[in-house]
Amino acid sequence: MDLFETFFNVPVLVRTFPLLISGLIVTLQIGITSIVSGLVLGLGLALVRMYAPAALRLPVMIYIDIFRSIPLLVLLIIVYYALPFIGIRLSPFLSAVVALTLVSGAYTAEIFRAGIQAIPKGQFEASRALGLSYKDMMVDVVLPQAIKIVIPPLTNNCINVMKDTALASVVAMPDLLKQATQAQALAANPTPLIGAAIIYLAFLWPLVTLVSRFENRLNQRGA
Amino acid sequence: MRNIIEIEKVAKFYGDFAALTDIDLNITEGEVVCVIGPSGSGKSTLIRCINLLETYAEGGTIRVDGIPVEAGPNLDQVRAEVGMVFQSFNLFPHMSVLKNVMLAPMRVRKSSSKDAEAKALDLLKRVGISEQADKFPGQLSGGQQQRVAIARALAMEPRVLLFDEPTSALDPEMVGEVLDVMRTLAGTGVTMIVVTHEMGFARQVADRVILMNGGQIVEAGTPEQIFDAPKEERTRDFLSAVLNH
Repeated sequence: MDLFETFFNVPVLVRTFPLLISGLIVTLQIGITSIVSGLVLGLGLALVRMYAPAALRLPVMIYIDIFRSIPLLVLLIIVYYALPFIGIRLSPFLSAVVALTLVSGAYTAEIFRAGIQAIPKGQFEASRALGLSYKDMMVDVVLPQAIKIVIPPLTNNCINVMKDTALASVVAMPDLLKQATQAQALAANPTPLIGAAIIYLAFLWPLVTLVSRFENRLNQRGA
Repeated sequence: MRNIIEIEKVAKFYGDFAALTDIDLNITEGEVVCVIGPSGSGKSTLIRCINLLETYAEGGTIRVDGIPVEAGPNLDQVRAEVGMVFQSFNLFPHMSVLKNVMLAPMRVRKSSSKDAEAKALDLLKRVGISEQADKFPGQLSGGQQQRVAIARALAMEPRVLLFDEPTSALDPEMVGEVLDVMRTLAGTGVTMIVVTHEMGFARQVADRVILMNGGQIVEAGTPEQIFDAPKEERTRDFLSAVLNH
């Protein structure tokens, strides 16, 4: 059996392809849900971290530090295997989404904070001098400018979340990686694993090049 | 004439440093007041206290049209009545010139976008920028940006306009166009407080000139009193330093 036969076995790939695609759909569901809820959580955390009274700021700072320090795999296993001991039983899907969101929210909060802090003080002063409410100032003046700054690092974070969805296979979630390993066991051939790797590359590579392009454009504008 | 602004015993400290001490000042409706004095004398700090961009020490009070200027539910109302023009323009760079002028009336006064646009175009015409309404601030010269900033402040129909060194960041050839707009404004009856280094403007346009030094009001009077017959030694020193060069 030559190398090609082993790793790129076409009949095996054809047979297991539907399995991989169903895995991809699960992966996308976990990833997109976690990304969106992480963005909302992160924006909220960033605003509290910057503008809330000190009593609220401190716990949020601690939260952000903890969830940027803890390994995602450890967190996921705690959520799935440890929380049931105190009566919190989450499905594999929810466990994965919760763990990914908690961590992504912490990173996103720091990204938003950096973006908002990059807005010149004069923009806040001009808004306040015009009598704009806090909400209008953020929605009309500050966030639209901050968004442009944070898009490259946010896209980067999305890529990381998408990659980290593969950890969900540990809690028996039938995501792309889990389906691939199962298909490999069934077919007694590693082609499904290679197929899964190629699928990951196929949708993450374009995102990576997109980030580079954003960053180049920002650099040019800054110059 | 009634007082539109009443400042009583206002002080401001940065740690031990007194940026303002014991300021008492009343400004009547429609008055044009120019505040002059050396850098670091507290001129900007004083007018920034009037719309609470700077807080001031407890024990002092500032009232705008009778409403105390303090953190709380009245603050946005005070700020809506007090327009401000900054040294560095502070236009919103992601919005067209027109949108810059329309934003606050729509959000704060709840104007319809049609009304806000009509008024904005009218104001841009008054400051001589109507051709540029669809451009972005970054595409305009400094003088044009500052005129847009004046239009933006006027769009709220404020009772009081604060100018914080409005021409200090401009290239010399653009100072005139901004001062011209301010001169026209001064004739319309809006109350203006102008922190400036433009002595010619102060002499020509001000009803009252206030000289500050070391966080205090040293002398106040008509332009003739201040420029032609200053009583205080510090006023004479400052004027001879700025006028004889």
